[in-house]
Amino acid sequence: MNDFKPRILAFCCSNCASSAATVAEGMKKALPDNVKIIQVPCTGRIEILHLLKPFEEGADGVYVAGCQEDSCQYVNGIAKAAKRVAQVKKMLEELDIEPDRIRLFHLSAGKGQEYVEAACEMVDKVKELGPFLPA
Amino acid sequence: MIVAQPKPIKEVLEMVKDFKKILVVGCKGCVTVCNVGGAKEVGILAASLRIARKRSGYAIQVDEHTLERQCDPEYIDELKDIIGDYDAVVSTACGVGPQFLSERYPSTRVFPGVNTQFMGGAEEHGVWSERCAGCGTCVVHYFGGLCPIARCSKSLLNGPCGGSSHGKCEISKDVECIWDTIVNKMMEQGRLSELLEFRPPKSWTTARDGGPRKMIREELVK
Repeated sequence: MNDFKPRILAFCCSNCASSAATVAEGMKKALPDNVKIIQVPCTGRIEILHLLKPFEEGADGVYVAGCQEDSCQYVNGIAKAAKRVAQVKKMLEELDIEPDRIRLFHLSAGKGQEYVEAACEMVDKVKELGPFLPA
Repeated sequence: MIVAQPKPIKEVLEMVKDFKKILVVGCKGCVTVCNVGGAKEVGILAASLRIARKRSGYAIQVDEHTLERQCDPEYIDELKDIIGDYDAVVSTACGVGPQFLSERYPSTRVFPGVNTQFMGGAEEHGVWSERCAGCGTCVVHYFGGLCPIARCSKSLLNGPCGGSSHGKCEISKDVECIWDTIVNKMMEQGRLSELLEFRPPKSWTTARDGGPRKMIREELVK
């Protein structure tokens, strides 16, 4: 049995993902306790360095939970975030690190169920990949 | 500005593989403007190095410092009290930076963190293109304000070659034939006949062909 409990950091858009979190709470659904949330006003503000730093600090996986492509409050914030996540995937690959350790999820305010599922999906994936840093 | 691009991280890792204390030095000049070697990119490169080495089980110290410019001695002097603490320096300035650092600090191992590409400008955010070949004798006014030396694949000065097709250069459909643009612009300005004026062959002695260049302006020399 795999006892590894990955440390996951999630950057969540305060417009959609956070509302989805409230919906999830209403549905009595909770995130796994190994997922830490950083709430951001818009995922478009997340820089490449923000996405790399958690790995440096010992995170095993990182994800960005933002809006649907066509419903970003700031028009194209999520599109910018998608490009940066793609860039970090490339950088991880160059460093021989599994690119699946970082991911982007499109949510919307009402998607409480999907909000929790995204976190669980990420935890399962990273669990499969194993710890980021050697023991 | 001088436009550069990041060196592949594996290349940088290979260069510094034997060192345990590394200083990544950025430049607030051109490479900051083209998003490749300023404080932000220094942070990204340093984090990537730390992550890679940590992951391989050999954590090292990688610090960050960004200078006003790396092409002026007074700014490079800023490192004099700290550079001795490091085994190696990675410069994210254009090719001038690592050389100025090497000259000023001869006992320090200095490595380039970027590949310098060309002198150019930003067509839009994230897209840069070449505009100047630094030939030393500017002649853009003969060609409607456009430089065929930098922008024609063959640097032709007397009109397009047979590889010009529908405004594109034969080397790639993404490369405009600058001669097509020059001729159209001169026609629009009613100055096409100026292209027929005789001009003596261009002297390339002011370009790289004349060897490494140096410029002295006596009125500025202390």
